[in-house]
Amino acid sequence: MTHAVDRWLYPTDQGLYCAPGGFYIDPHRPVDRAIITHGHGDHARSGHGAVLATAGTVEIMKVRYGADCAGSFQSLAVGDALTLNGVGVSLAPAGHILGSAQIILDYGGKRAVVSGDYKRASDPTCAPFEVVACDVFVTEATFALPVFRHEIAAGEIAKLLASLATEPTRTHLVGAYGLGKCQRVIKLLRQAGYDRPIYLHGAMVALTGLYQRLGVDLGDVRPVAGNDAKDMAGGIVLCPPSALGDRWSRRFGDPVNAFASGWMRIRGRARQRGVELPLVISDHADWPELIETIVATGAEEIWVTHGREDALVYHLASLGRKARALALVGRDEEAE
Amino acid sequence: METFATLLDGLATTQSRNRKVALLGRYFRATSDPDRGWALAALTDGLPVRVPLRRMLADLMLRVIDPVLYKMSRDYVGDTAETVALLWPDTAAPRATGDTPTLDAVVMAMSIGTIAERTEALRTFLDALNPSGRWALLKLIGGAPRVGVSARLARTALAESYGRDVGEIEEIWHALDAPYEALFRWLDGVADRPDPGLRPTFRPVMLAHPIEDDDWPKLSAADFAAEWKWDGIRVQIAARGGEVRMFSRQGDDISAAFPEIRSAFMAANCVADGELLVMRAGNTIAPFNDLQQRLNRKTVTAKMMRDYPAHVRLYDLLFEGGEDLRASPFIVRRQRLEAWHAHNHPPLSDLSDLVAFETFNALSALWSQARDDGIEGLMLKRRDSAYQAGRVRGQWFKWKRAALTLDCVLMYAQRGSGKRSSFYSDYTFGVWRTKPDGGPNAGDELVPVGKAYSGFTDDELRQLDKWVRTNTTESFGPVRAVTPGLVFEVAFDAVQRSARHKSGVAMRFPRIHRIRWDKPATEADRLETILALITPISQPVA
Repeated sequence: MTHAVDRWLYPTDQGLYCAPGGFYIDPHRPVDRAIITHGHGDHARSGHGAVLATAGTVEIMKVRYGADCAGSFQSLAVGDALTLNGVGVSLAPAGHILGSAQIILDYGGKRAVVSGDYKRASDPTCAPFEVVACDVFVTEATFALPVFRHEIAAGEIAKLLASLATEPTRTHLVGAYGLGKCQRVIKLLRQAGYDRPIYLHGAMVALTGLYQRLGVDLGDVRPVAGNDAKDMAGGIVLCPPSALGDRWSRRFGDPVNAFASGWMRIRGRARQRGVELPLVISDHADWPELIETIVATGAEEIWVTHGREDALVYHLASLGRKARALALVGRDEEAE
Repeated sequence: METFATLLDGLATTQSRNRKVALLGRYFRATSDPDRGWALAALTDGLPVRVPLRRMLADLMLRVIDPVLYKMSRDYVGDTAETVALLWPDTAAPRATGDTPTLDAVVMAMSIGTIAERTEALRTFLDALNPSGRWALLKLIGGAPRVGVSARLARTALAESYGRDVGEIEEIWHALDAPYEALFRWLDGVADRPDPGLRPTFRPVMLAHPIEDDDWPKLSAADFAAEWKWDGIRVQIAARGGEVRMFSRQGDDISAAFPEIRSAFMAANCVADGELLVMRAGNTIAPFNDLQQRLNRKTVTAKMMRDYPAHVRLYDLLFEGGEDLRASPFIVRRQRLEAWHAHNHPPLSDLSDLVAFETFNALSALWSQARDDGIEGLMLKRRDSAYQAGRVRGQWFKWKRAALTLDCVLMYAQRGSGKRSSFYSDYTFGVWRTKPDGGPNAGDELVPVGKAYSGFTDDELRQLDKWVRTNTTESFGPVRAVTPGLVFEVAFDAVQRSARHKSGVAMRFPRIHRIRWDKPATEADRLETILALITPISQPVA
């Protein structure tokens, strides 16, 4: 017996719901049973009854929200499978951040893959995305416009190091999303041979520590607090984007403001934020990656969540694919 | 093209003037002719390239992308050049450095051939470049790169990087043509300074110092001549051989927007210094706001010329015919100006009269009475002063009439830019009025009357920033609304009617005079007080 997927997997006020399984995926309100794709705040929230996720995502949630932020946690390794009320559940890497996974659901002879957020570019802090053949593919659309083609991250890191060489006395403040982007930037700097201490805004310390405990070697990282601005001059400091040009940054005198984000592809975005050194480094798929991935899954139907759904739906239709926008509330498309 | 693209990227993201100057200087010194000259042209007067770029790009984009996706992208990015730069397909193999088109190749290809041929050339250039190079290419061809560099800053950077005074470049600038090879030969020290020949050019203007209290005892009334200081903009008119240019104080050619002034001086052969004003029937000087309608325009309509008639009030003569008068004493130049004007009397011009006085006390009496007819104050010029570029100490003084002040209430604060980006440093303030739609007990409301971002110390800025953060009622992006609890004593030069502000008035040159931490907001001034200060309005002639 086969059921159309949208009969058993559909959006509700709480989030995407799998009816026979009795669980939600990345619900934005507290629910009894949730499967979480990854640890970003607009996907992983506190207060659920039972949470199923990768071990990495469970650890991230505990660091962010506290060890008791859910009634119970169950971790599922990538590649392992289990059955919940007759729905087959397994995970595949999404390549977005540490612990990020696509949720593979098998029910009634059909397979749906909920990818959460993903990227195809290499990332030394997480496992690479795996294409999973499926009937329905649920995709993000954060950068779903053909103007978004991300640069190769190593080249952007080279730009940062070149700027440090030409402005050796100015502290380089790098705005970066605190989970994933921050640690990826540090790791890329280490891979590029930068071995000086890297300083962290207080909001980034705990999660960076977790990455290190989970085996990602990030070298000598130190909190900004307790260090003299003089000692950090000419060095690299990572901070949340909102701290760039805010009171916190005054201690650095006349820093170079850098910002590592896919949005930096657009000049106006950099100008708006007064960014002197835009670094186009993204943890989301760019336009060519979105199209390539969606086509590779062979899915008959594509459901497009948060971002610029209109362009992606339009383009997939022109490629002969059935695509529709899936209205999910509570997604934070700007944060990257 | 890569080095030019890197330059534009650097200029666009750098807020510091000194860093911009350094970037420009490095570029001019490291780049060869004629490319550096084309770059200079792109940042100043534009390239002598006229192509229907929009149409050419529309044609090219149809070949590489679905028009619906193109439109969605264009709407999102908000700029055609940037959208095309981002959308254009990257070629498979990245080009080696030095393998991209030169600026000169671009200029040449865009100057010859049919539109179809030029479109084809544009396509090959786009193919050869990365996104940043493509953006620079399109900004080069399209003009107005908007990277936060004025024409004057570009010339200043050029002068500074070659250890020259910007005046030396400005004097000949308007006789030069892109790509400025003669100029660069001179800067490189391999040729003499280019001779402007017969073309009218700008001469760096002489500026005045504001007079301070402790200047007076050092000055003797007999050494000085006085003129009214008019509320217009300083201009220099250079006319020669039927060609007339009008320059701003910064050396920008603004004549295109003032064809009537060009006609008026067509027969003249001179360089004269004066004030550009809007003047109505009966020699009434219109408020500065009227003059502003005519400024910053590339062209002008007949209606604008009728509604805002331009006039030049002259006060100095730098050249008469080929004769350079600048080394002569002011009083000699003044006699020459009067004789010259009496003889030639160009239309739409008159002379700024000398104000007769015996003592500074007598002059002070005149000064304190002057508060109308477009008068901003007085100018004091040493009778024996030569005409020298810049602000030369002790020669010319400006004596602006005392500022008006009012107590206003802080309403909104906005974040600054550059070094002030972490501070709420731009302040919008208002005064009280009775709520317009209410009955007798309607109560009062604040209406904004101006905005200021200067007049306080760094320490005060820190305190103000703190006050704003702890008294915020609402945030809109970079702007915060605050509780009406802080009074500024605001100084300003004049008040004019303004349809753009809810209060119906606009202050001229408002600045924070004092922060009245002590004064309750309820005791700040009312709108009626400001309305009484309005400079009499003159209506455009219908």
